Amino acid sequence: MNRENRITWINRLLLPVLNVLTAFAVTAVVFWLIDVNPLEAAEILLYGAFGYEEGIGYTIYYTTNFIFTGLAVAVAFHAGLFNIGGEGQAYIGGLGAGLAIFMLDPTLGAWLFIPASIIGALLFGALWALIPAYLQAYRGSHIVITTIMFNFLAASLMVYLMVHVLREMGQMTPQSELFPTNAWMPFVHDVAAGMGYSIEASPLNLSVLLALVCAVAVWFFLWQTRWGYAIRATGKNSTAAVYGGIKPKRVIIVAMCISGALAGLVSINELVGYQHRLVMDFHLGYGFGGIAVALMGRNHPVGIIVAALLFGTLYQGGAELAFEMSGVSRDIVVVMQGLVILFCGALEYMYRPWLIRTLAPVAQQISAAGVTV
Amino acid sequence: MSDLLLTLLLTLDATLRVSSPLILAAMAGLFSERAGVVDIGLEGKMLAAAFAAASVAAVFGSPWLGLAAAIVASCCLALLHGFATITHRGDQIVSGVAINILAAGLTIILGLAWFHQGGLTPALNNESRFLSITLPYAEQLAFIPVLGPIYKELISGHNILVYVAFAVVPLVWWVVFRTRFGLRLRAVGENPKAVDTAGLSVIKLRYQALIVGGILCGIAGAYIGTAYNAQFTRDMTAGQGFIALAALIFGKWRPLTVMLACLLFGFLDALAVRLQGVQIEGFGVIPVQLIEAAPYILTVVLLAGFIGRAIPPKAVGTAYVKER
Repeated sequence: MNRENRITWINRLLLPVLNVLTAFAVTAVVFWLIDVNPLEAAEILLYGAFGYEEGIGYTIYYTTNFIFTGLAVAVAFHAGLFNIGGEGQAYIGGLGAGLAIFMLDPTLGAWLFIPASIIGALLFGALWALIPAYLQAYRGSHIVITTIMFNFLAASLMVYLMVHVLREMGQMTPQSELFPTNAWMPFVHDVAAGMGYSIEASPLNLSVLLALVCAVAVWFFLWQTRWGYAIRATGKNSTAAVYGGIKPKRVIIVAMCISGALAGLVSINELVGYQHRLVMDFHLGYGFGGIAVALMGRNHPVGIIVAALLFGTLYQGGAELAFEMSGVSRDIVVVMQGLVILFCGALEYMYRPWLIRTLAPVAQQISAAGVTV
Repeated sequence: MSDLLLTLLLTLDATLRVSSPLILAAMAGLFSERAGVVDIGLEGKMLAAAFAAASVAAVFGSPWLGLAAAIVASCCLALLHGFATITHRGDQIVSGVAINILAAGLTIILGLAWFHQGGLTPALNNESRFLSITLPYAEQLAFIPVLGPIYKELISGHNILVYVAFAVVPLVWWVVFRTRFGLRLRAVGENPKAVDTAGLSVIKLRYQALIVGGILCGIAGAYIGTAYNAQFTRDMTAGQGFIALAALIFGKWRPLTVMLACLLFGFLDALAVRLQGVQIEGFGVIPVQLIEAAPYILTVVLLAGFIGRAIPPKAVGTAYVKER
């Protein structure tokens, strides 16, 4: 194996694995700091996530959200854009889904309601990303700052709408009335019961299939279509892309709209699939979680599904952990998200100089395969 | 008449209280961005500082020790940001996001482990907080029309950190525009290569800027945790770091205009509290959320170039790579 190959191998495989391991190791240190045995915690966590049917259901339910937001962040990343606005786009996507459902006649069938709510979520999520995208492409304002501002704008707008417009009559809590049952995304346990299997009830619903379809669609779009090529080319080098006849401004708009639309789908899983009404703050944490998922999954749909499963596991297992151990709360997952973003994102290349120095010396004969780290 | 004056004074008084942490955080952002490092992590640094201040003040009973702890905590995060973005040339925004999320999680986890109060720190008694100071003769001069009440209600009766916040602004202006360090700082944000060619260390200058920012964010956090409030609560900075960031842009990276932007945003906040549910003739009730959202809307509009132009330091957001 020559030096070049070894460097590629270090960048592609060794570095990401080391980064994730570092994030895990630091999490273990945090556990140790708060007097919790990391191994014991991991055991409880895994039991909570996979030890019983309901737990597994919850794990996959949370995973679904992370797949949506992870894909959302990744699509923007491929265009060289950092979409921090997943939170707001998911929130407004929920508004779109809810409005689509309330606009239709409640007696209509599910075959109409579910596609309508999905389209509503896609459209509103995309719209909330379109404005920052337009401002970045045509007015020169920075996408990161505008998407941050749009997160707060989404929050203010939703508080206003939930309190003054959409609140169920005679209710104190700001939540809308229940969606008609026809509009509910079927629960997996109900579908299974229909097919003669019995599974414990959990919030897991068919949105998970939608998430997998989206993952495949994102892969196809990014790597098999002309538009996907334009997005990746712009992200790699927008000056070169211009010479290739690509218009970066349009790419910004398209990539951000797709990104926002994907984030909007969180609401299908959360609201149409489980809560069955518009509620406040259903989106909290998933937009930022998506950044960690995309970074850890190397912006590839397969990686994103794996990373999303990890965070889904942590979310559900973390709830179990908080239940079992009084000194711990689910916020340990937030810490871990932060560490993953830090080590897989900001400090991505921390180990590279060292690895290249030790594993790929200019004229050396070390066989890369025999090296363990 | 005097009623109206009093209402106005109370609103302005509240404005000063709300604006103080914004000003401190925005000045922190100013140092860092003037040196070419984007600082999305203001929020996280303030939150960590608020937690450190409230914890230490609760345990040792001294707000000053709390302040010191806040500065240390905030500077640690600032150094982490520097380590990731200056030393390892990582993405500045990704690093800032990581710091915000880490701070949000760690403050709760550590608070829970140390105090067992569901993530809160113990409520502080008056000895361990920064309390309001009555300036000399505030009571005696209150009888003077207009000026008396202004002195008594508006200028007197704040805690020391409010005065620090407003004193910091001219100091920052002086440092950034009138000292050698400030000149170098601005140069490193506009054209690091020129600074490097002149034989100065870009890395050292940027680290220095981040540490100054860390100290200022630390004071802002201590204000939130031990002066404005009397204990740490979950996510208590509630987006103030981002408002400060917006003010930094809105004030176009200049200390005095940034301070004015902070005051404007603080005023909007105080106004929103005061207008809660108030009926105004001809308008009906103004939605409080609209006033709360105003800073963000204004910043977006400004950034889009519809009112003036906000041009950031040229080298902001890019790591410096020395040519070999």
